[in-house]
Amino acid sequence: MANPQNTATVSQRSAKAAPASAGSMATIAPIAAWFFPGLGHFIQHRYIRGLLLMLAVFVMFFAGLGMQGKVYQFNTGDLLDILGFIGDIGTGLLYFVARSMDWGVGNIHRAVADYGTKYIVVAGLLNVIAAVDAHHIAIGKKS
Amino acid sequence: MTFELSHYNAALLFALCASTVFGITQRSTPRDMFRYGAYCFVLFAGGVIVASWAMWLIKH
Repeated sequence: MANPQNTATVSQRSAKAAPASAGSMATIAPIAAWFFPGLGHFIQHRYIRGLLLMLAVFVMFFAGLGMQGKVYQFNTGDLLDILGFIGDIGTGLLYFVARSMDWGVGNIHRAVADYGTKYIVVAGLLNVIAAVDAHHIAIGKKS
Repeated sequence: MTFELSHYNAALLFALCASTVFGITQRSTPRDMFRYGAYCFVLFAGGVIVASWAMWLIKH
């Protein structure tokens, strides 16, 4: 026979654990989503959304690199260069891999290379939007 | 590794990726996500065509 006192304790414990879990997920999900595109949705079991977001960001980032776009370094010079760096760093791990492999040196002789630079910046900005979406799912604002 | 794309194809690829992210993040149900993504794609692609014709008209 179930002890009512034990049942109450278990339900109280799970009631306390649920908000704590949601609270930690609200922090972890956007960080994971920023660090690796789509991961914030994957860890919340939104596999198809995560896969599509990952594909969109990866395709834009690598298409940008393929078009010989530029990956901005940290800088304190021109305002547009600073904003470019902020956009690029939104891709998380991809940015650090590209920098460590010395990808994205740019090519001023090709018109399409400038498109590539914009692709890389927009990939980062889209990843930030995806990270905010992962946060909204974690806090229950979105299903 | 280099990637050769015409300007129009580059604009379409941009539209496809951006629309995918907009659709998923700005709507809640899969049906609405698809509809909104398609709407954004049409606006992106249509905007490119309209801007192209506008520039052609200005030049001529």
